[in-house]
Amino acid sequence: MTVTMLTNALLVSTAGATEPPVVEPAAADGALSLLWLVIALPALGAAVLLLAGRRSDSWGHLLGTATVAGSFLVSLVSFIALLGRDEGDRSVGQHLWTWFEVGLDGRVFSADLALLYDPLSALFLLLITGVGALIHVYSIGYMALDPRRRRFFGYLNLFIAAMLVLVLSDGYLGLFLGWEGVGLASYLLIGFFQHKPSAAAAAKKAFVVNRVGDVGMVLALALIIATFGTVSFAGISAASSQVGEGTLTAIGFLLLLAACGKSAQVPLQSWLLDAMEGPTPVSALIHAATMVTAGVYLVVRSNFIFENAEIAQTGVVVVGTVTLLWGAVIGCAKDDIKKVLAGSTMSQIGYMMLAAGLGVAGYAYAIFHLLTHGFFKANMFLGAGSVMHGMNDEVDMRRYGALRAAMPITFATFALGYLAIIGFPGFSGFWSKDRIIETALAENWVVGVAALIGAGVTAFYMTRLMLMTFFGEKRWADEVHPHESPKVMTTPLIVLAALSVVGGVLILGNWLKDWLTPVVGKAEPHDLPVPVIVITIAITLVVAVGVALAWFLVGRREVPRTAPTDVSFVTRAARADLYGDAVNEGLFMRPGQRLTRGLGTFDHSVVDGTVRGTAGTFMASSSLFRRMQNGYVRSYALSLLAGALLVMVALLVVTIA
Amino acid sequence: MNGAEFTAPSVEYSLILPLLVVFGAAVVGVLVEAFAPRRLRLPVQIALSLTALLTAFVVTVLVGLNLEERGDGRARGAITLEGAIAVDGPSIFLWGLVLLLSSASVLLFAERRLEGGVTAFAGQAAALPGTDAEREASSKGLEQTEVFPLMLFAVGGMMLFLASNDLLTLFVALEILSLPLYLLCGLARRRRLLSQEAALKYFMLGAFSSGFFVYGIALVYGYAGSMNFADISTAISGRIGGDALLLGGIALISVGLLFKVGAAPFHAWTPDVYQGAPTAVTAFMAACTKVAAFGALLRLFYVAFGGARVDWEPMIWIVAILTMVVGSVLALTQTDVKRMLAYSSIAHAGFILVGFVGAQQLGDLGPGQLSSLEAVMFYLVTYGFMTLGAFAVVTVVRDSGGEATDLSRWAGLGKESPMVAGVFAVFLLGMAGIPLTSGFIGKWAVFSSALSAGAWPLVVVGVLMSAVAAFFYIRVIVLMYFSDPVGEGPSVATPSVLTTIVIAVGFAATVALGIVPGPVLDLAAAAGEFIR
Repeated sequence: MTVTMLTNALLVSTAGATEPPVVEPAAADGALSLLWLVIALPALGAAVLLLAGRRSDSWGHLLGTATVAGSFLVSLVSFIALLGRDEGDRSVGQHLWTWFEVGLDGRVFSADLALLYDPLSALFLLLITGVGALIHVYSIGYMALDPRRRRFFGYLNLFIAAMLVLVLSDGYLGLFLGWEGVGLASYLLIGFFQHKPSAAAAAKKAFVVNRVGDVGMVLALALIIATFGTVSFAGISAASSQVGEGTLTAIGFLLLLAACGKSAQVPLQSWLLDAMEGPTPVSALIHAATMVTAGVYLVVRSNFIFENAEIAQTGVVVVGTVTLLWGAVIGCAKDDIKKVLAGSTMSQIGYMMLAAGLGVAGYAYAIFHLLTHGFFKANMFLGAGSVMHGMNDEVDMRRYGALRAAMPITFATFALGYLAIIGFPGFSGFWSKDRIIETALAENWVVGVAALIGAGVTAFYMTRLMLMTFFGEKRWADEVHPHESPKVMTTPLIVLAALSVVGGVLILGNWLKDWLTPVVGKAEPHDLPVPVIVITIAITLVVAVGVALAWFLVGRREVPRTAPTDVSFVTRAARADLYGDAVNEGLFMRPGQRLTRGLGTFDHSVVDGTVRGTAGTFMASSSLFRRMQNGYVRSYALSLLAGALLVMVALLVVTIA
Repeated sequence: MNGAEFTAPSVEYSLILPLLVVFGAAVVGVLVEAFAPRRLRLPVQIALSLTALLTAFVVTVLVGLNLEERGDGRARGAITLEGAIAVDGPSIFLWGLVLLLSSASVLLFAERRLEGGVTAFAGQAAALPGTDAEREASSKGLEQTEVFPLMLFAVGGMMLFLASNDLLTLFVALEILSLPLYLLCGLARRRRLLSQEAALKYFMLGAFSSGFFVYGIALVYGYAGSMNFADISTAISGRIGGDALLLGGIALISVGLLFKVGAAPFHAWTPDVYQGAPTAVTAFMAACTKVAAFGALLRLFYVAFGGARVDWEPMIWIVAILTMVVGSVLALTQTDVKRMLAYSSIAHAGFILVGFVGAQQLGDLGPGQLSSLEAVMFYLVTYGFMTLGAFAVVTVVRDSGGEATDLSRWAGLGKESPMVAGVFAVFLLGMAGIPLTSGFIGKWAVFSSALSAGAWPLVVVGVLMSAVAAFFYIRVIVLMYFSDPVGEGPSVATPSVLTTIVIAVGFAATVALGIVPGPVLDLAAAAGEFIR
């Protein structure tokens, strides 16, 4: 009984919503015909850096940065060109080539590689190439002493190219290509410090967990091809309303599984914290600003599927809500600065997922929060990198303290990012999170309250991080000499900090919402139970409570240099990532290992036996035949004659028979 | 001055200009041998051959752009030289392919850095192996530059072969292309006895198969009363029931053609000849002869014998299955890389034969389906470039005795020379038909074409044999990367820019056609049907 009530309470009503818009791209012309360059530049950079080898060691990082900067310029020009077009005309397609075509039952399935540039992908292009270029610049300084810096930039370029393929594709096949490409780049970069076993293990873990999500992607792709006979967004969006809801629900859930893997959402969240083993610029670019948001992109892009699959949409809301609390709780207990930020990333993406699951009302806010989060989280990750850079790669916040004087620029920029994420009024995060909570409350009070609590917890763990790192007593060892990072690292910090502050302008006059309307449809104004101002004040109060709590629990007390062990059950659970790994181990890994062992035995005895037997038969017959190839012309001539007879007989027998 | 009055045949020279360029250059090449001073001969011959082939390619493109439409618009072109030569879309496509592949082969022929300043051909072919005359020839650094005109004649013969529109021209062209090849096979600088043995075997078996071929021509002439493809086709469509004369003729003519493509059970010469011939010649032979022979086979069977398809189709089925099985299975136990590639080329001939039995009439096809002609032509493009590239790689892996063709010498090549091993691995993956290489699209094309004609048992065998074939391709990759070198291990000689170009072009074609096959598939589709 209670279960049904809860389900009913959670079921987000989209009745009366308008049909999702059909994707109808016009041919690219003018400046937009250069669109392919956006992908080609970093792809070329990756190819040169990875193939040229050590010859390019001395200039590789510069080339890698230049290609992404060039890509950003093209994105900017394209964006301006798109601004100049009429609202109904802002969807532009560029057909690159047809990979192959298959005729099937009188239908032609065409595997095209084509680009779709519309308001949604335009924003992603700017985010990926813009933040990407800044992080490239930062990495010049951060990786200066690493002998494998050129390879690092090659992988980064590869990532950018793959990510751009993901967001620029005009269909699920190209999206999948980019999806796997970013997965590969992420794997390579998490394990970049391959001499560390923990990094290698983390890379493997990310790869394996993502594979689970990718199974969802592949199955969704197959189901889409079987249902629609096409993979292009245009074709699917035009036909989605004629397809049965059951099929769309199945596709929706499979896409959600894929999104969970890539975006580290519960239940596939476990890899993200370990992924912090990668170099910090990677954490900033891939595991905060761009790649992990691909799941949100997928859901928003597939609005024409989710709008017609109500149950799958509810699934998205549930996943988002659970994850936003899950990540926030983990963030509260971690002492590793990067892991706090990783937990926070998980939680913030939960907000985006939640918004995306709310349908037309939420899509624009999901993307809005995605953009502002891209700014402030990249800013803070790079700031964390800057701190580590000055602290001999120490990540434990219990060994920090009072760093605001030693690294003033890092502190100032980090503080701006901090104010943005907790939602300090006026900062970018305030606007974006506020809108999500508002919409959630309007649509369904259960998730709305959860999102509100999440905001408070966010304020708590971020304040804790700030206090432990920059305030209080100095707790670092004597041989550590904290210092400010070079300009090449602080300049990107300053730019990103500025964006974290002013990112909120995107929503001025509902600009972003109107901008995305051609892609996600027009949202109907929602009815709030209380005036907007009340909600805003409530959020601000909850945030203030979170900050105050952190001040009393952390700021006012001595922080021990080693983590205390006599802590509550909750803290222990949060330190253990809420037992996510334990669940995976107990539910999947151990039975999986048993299954593997069983299958291994089966494979060894039965399958291998068959294979070896077959191979042996082939080998034996090969040796037998081989004897006929004895080198004598006379036997060859004889075989020719026999062949002639065979051919003759074959022809005659057919006629007689 | 009595007897019938001679009437000059009408010849559209503009259409056969590519042929004239190649044959003309070959004749000039012979004159160069006679008159040019010795030290100039090699550069002149190289320049002449390359210029002639590339000019012929350009002319081919021009001719192709100006072909007139015929009939219902599915075929374009004209039959010229009193019905002897058909210049149509497929002819132009395959001419272009032969010319590109042979231009690349010229580069392999001209490579001199690998042998320390001389070509891979015998200094003086007439000097007996192991005699003073041979030692003198090699100490003087003599070069047998006749290889270039010989090769041009062979190329001309191939072009004529695939465009022949009557049986007599077909036979003459077969001999024009074969005779120079027999000679070229025997001209290796190293391992001369093996090379000469290969040449003699090739010659004797080739002569033997030509005998069948001519006999078949006689039988078909006896049946149809004409040598011309169109007349034969008319005669066949008018018949009632089977006719032993025609069927015997088809059978014996196929023996000659299937011998040339290296289909089982007429393949016995292939491994011995591919192994013995100078590797540059093997590359040329493997790539270009197969294109020409399949072009001729398709034209003859579709145009002349098209009406008897129900009669010859089962025979092609049997040959295709045999060829795939023999090629793939026998390659398993080869220990020499050239022999392995020879068996691989036999297996490829089998896969192409699978495409051969696909639906041929454009009208029979559903949307998005390929005609068998398109599929086979595309496969020939992918196969030609992969094979040329693979043999070019074989020329650069060497030890003190010349090319190290024994597979055990290739162990550990991945560590010795990651670049060469990597490129070779791509060629092998392409031949195995792994996605994202041209070989995958090629296999997909022929198999889907056969499937649309209902030949699913052939496709099943084809897929199974692809799996067997993949085993020995991958085995070489495993050998290169996961085995430790034996003894001193292989060494990779740095070739001159000539061989490097060939390898690079082969590599680029293999990768590009795997990712963007569209343009070439469109080109094959634009070639249309054979004209009748």
